[in-house]
Amino acid sequence: MIPTIPQPAAIRWSYRAYVTLFFLYLALPLVTVSVFAFNDSLFPALPWEGFTWDWFFGDERPKRGLFHERSILRAIGTSATVAVAVGLLSVGVGLCNAFLFDRREFRLKGLLYVLMLLPLVIPGIILGISILVFSSTVANGVEDRLGYDLELLRPGLALVVLGQFSFITTIATLVILARLRHFDRSLEEAAMGLGAGRLTAIRTVTLPYLAPALVGSAVVAFLMSFENFNTTLMLVGSDAPLTIEMFDRMKEGSTPVLNAVSLLLMVGSSALALVMILVQRRR
Amino acid sequence: MSARLSLWLLMLPVLLWLGLLIILPHIDMFFVSLRTRVGVGEYEYGLANYAAFFTEPLYLRTFARTAIMSVLATALTLVIAFPVAYFIAKVARGRWQGVLFLFCLVPFWVSELVRTFGWMILLRETGVFSSVLQWAGLADGPVEMLYNDAAMMVGLVYTSMLFMVVPLVTTLQSLDDSLVEAGYDLGGNGFTVFREIILPHAVPGIVSGSIVVFMLSLGNYLTPTMLGGKDSLWFTEMIYSQFIVRFNWELGAAFGFLLLALSSFIVWAALKLSGQTLEKTLG
Amino acid sequence: MTESPVTPPDLECRDIVRDFGDTRAVDHVSFDVPPGSFFSILGPSGCGKTTLMRMIAGFQPPSAGDILIKGRSVLDVPPNRRPVNMVFQHLALFPMMSVAENIGYGLRRQGLGRSERDEKITAVLDRIGLPGTGDRRIDQLSGGQKQRIAIARCMVMEPDVLLLDEPLGALDLKLREHMKVELKALQAAFDTTFVYITHDQGEALVMSDRIAVMNAGRFEQIGTGPELYHAPATGFVAGFVGDSNRWTATVETRAGDGGTIRTAEGLTCSVASLPDAPGGQVTAFLRPESISLGDTGASGDGRNRFDATVDTVYFNGANSHLRLTVDGTAAQLDAALPQTGAFQSVRAGDRIAVSWGADKLVCFPDAGN
Repeated sequence: MIPTIPQPAAIRWSYRAYVTLFFLYLALPLVTVSVFAFNDSLFPALPWEGFTWDWFFGDERPKRGLFHERSILRAIGTSATVAVAVGLLSVGVGLCNAFLFDRREFRLKGLLYVLMLLPLVIPGIILGISILVFSSTVANGVEDRLGYDLELLRPGLALVVLGQFSFITTIATLVILARLRHFDRSLEEAAMGLGAGRLTAIRTVTLPYLAPALVGSAVVAFLMSFENFNTTLMLVGSDAPLTIEMFDRMKEGSTPVLNAVSLLLMVGSSALALVMILVQRRR
Repeated sequence: MSARLSLWLLMLPVLLWLGLLIILPHIDMFFVSLRTRVGVGEYEYGLANYAAFFTEPLYLRTFARTAIMSVLATALTLVIAFPVAYFIAKVARGRWQGVLFLFCLVPFWVSELVRTFGWMILLRETGVFSSVLQWAGLADGPVEMLYNDAAMMVGLVYTSMLFMVVPLVTTLQSLDDSLVEAGYDLGGNGFTVFREIILPHAVPGIVSGSIVVFMLSLGNYLTPTMLGGKDSLWFTEMIYSQFIVRFNWELGAAFGFLLLALSSFIVWAALKLSGQTLEKTLG
Repeated sequence: MTESPVTPPDLECRDIVRDFGDTRAVDHVSFDVPPGSFFSILGPSGCGKTTLMRMIAGFQPPSAGDILIKGRSVLDVPPNRRPVNMVFQHLALFPMMSVAENIGYGLRRQGLGRSERDEKITAVLDRIGLPGTGDRRIDQLSGGQKQRIAIARCMVMEPDVLLLDEPLGALDLKLREHMKVELKALQAAFDTTFVYITHDQGEALVMSDRIAVMNAGRFEQIGTGPELYHAPATGFVAGFVGDSNRWTATVETRAGDGGTIRTAEGLTCSVASLPDAPGGQVTAFLRPESISLGDTGASGDGRNRFDATVDTVYFNGANSHLRLTVDGTAAQLDAALPQTGAFQSVRAGDRIAVSWGADKLVCFPDAGN
């Protein structure tokens, strides 16, 4: 059970074999997707027709690589815009929430905290439709009364941002709150004792302490937004973010350009995750 | 700045967020679910949509199927993940511990779309497994392994694995080795130590992992759509088709509410049965 | 170290060795513990005492040697079937179980029925002075109560040997003093063999029938508390057990067993017994309470006599002492300051006569310890 308890070798080895098998299961689909990004064939399937970079850099049909596929490049741009917006919004609100829940006492605080956690246990698709329904109700109401069509509240990128923000904020709040709870408040008091005002003390002492959590939650928010599918699916308008674009192509059956996009996504998010780990380790 | 004013300012973001994006949309969705369209812009209020759900066997069957399959996926994920989490937390030593844990996280940094795509390439008729089986002489022709419940289950378990492994590793790491040793020292064996010491200690991790995995499975749209069979519907697919394809928002909203009720009930029951709270489990 | 040939010792270790890679944690250790006695292994952290104890409990196999319990080798008996139980350093009480469930855990493993278990649990709770606490949760107990529950959990198993791995380490000073006395009383009440490891000489001296002093994987000496204190076998024991003034010195003259030494600080003293010391280098130890203050008799009786100046008075009730410098040398001394009338008025800067018998100065060859 633990290394200090003697165990028969057969049990030890079959346990290790099981764990190895598990990691193979984890790696298999990802490795497969990556490998076929380099297959010189029109389908991401065996047989292996030889190695090629065409699915990245090819510029002619039928082997047009992702860097020459307008729709994919545009989708990446759309996703990045949405993700940056969601990241900024959720970290900002998350920071306020962290201070509110850590520093302040007020009536019904416990209830508000539970409410704040709820978005994590509401299925993403339901978050999507409820926001879709509500925003339409508001937009219709405005149109009926004022005769003005609020474009912003019709399916589109603004709603996508709001939909993703609605649950990613909970995660940002929890990450920042966890670090703030470990903050020694006497440091802030010491700064005020040395002549700083309350806001200056927070800006010069507390926020630098929170920086790793802020960076971390921003990266997590960015990645979660970039990869979100369920909520986005219900709220998307004519501009498709990358996941929606890939979904449409997957349904049709695509060339290995989809594998190339997938590999690019993997490399991108791993790099971002790695940067985050390095930033947090240095502190 | 008075304490009262600053409290309100600090509370404003969280109130706007939860009020406008969570609470009001769900109330509005509930109202929409209670009405039926009788003409252009004319509605009748009543339980007609819910009545439709309970009288149409297809709806009921899909609902029950989704619930049962999600519970099954959760149980399967737990059973597969527990030994791995235990290995990482208690058996692996030094560097290995961190490396294996990081390996578990990798699939999380990759979009669900990419993971699903990987399984499609592996399992479909022209896929890798099929080709390998033919090449090895174990099959005469192409084998279709996609579009059935087993394939969907593989995808669901794969997608949720991380959300089970991480909380399990965290709780198991907090189990002091000497408790296991004391269990043996007092005459316990592998089985009794597991049942009486390791398992009770792991309950918080098991509950939070199971809740998250269950939610993710229940609310999953991509995996059942891409990997599941044509006649094995998932309830989220019905919501999607009511909203986007049939444009029957009233029925779709009722479906959404039923799914929300089901997931809330199961989360609540899991918390009650294990004596945990939402705050402890998520926060 | 003599035992009757009829009853074998409860625990016997023969030439135990344990290697971790290149480092030898336990180096040819042999000892035996007669039934019903309190045996302590005393040593600084990292000396190998925890490794030794875990080998006895069965959580580590020795690299060489044999462990016998009641005369039977237990090397191939797994920890869950060894007739020894262990009180862990942090007690390892199961937090998910009540007090009664903790105590009943091992009994259930033995397959005892419910009524029998309850009987034993009630009896042992009475015995440790915590009757009626069976339904409490572990986190509702105080430190001392946890301690007693951890011992009770092992004692209901009626082990041949109870191992205790520094269980008092986590307690605060006052409670620790109290628990020392209580542990000794519990051991007498249960009449079970206790093997206790600690780095705290006070714990070992107060509680033990016999003590083994361990250093760098080896046993330096096994003996009763007074033996270790008054007749240390090695320099390490002399330095580790009790407080001492310690000097490095050179042998000046030899006469019979004894002779004179001169310390590096310039103090020349006569010594009743000098060891063989290659190069004439020795380490000398002198207990603070062996130093007599004031004029205590005529010269010529073989005592070492010096005039000294008081540097500092450290008042600590019954444990008060003086820091002195011997006149004409750089040698500093710590001397016990009895709180009797004569010396209550001693102040820093006072001149005072000091003396000690030649037999009180204990010397060991300077092995670079």
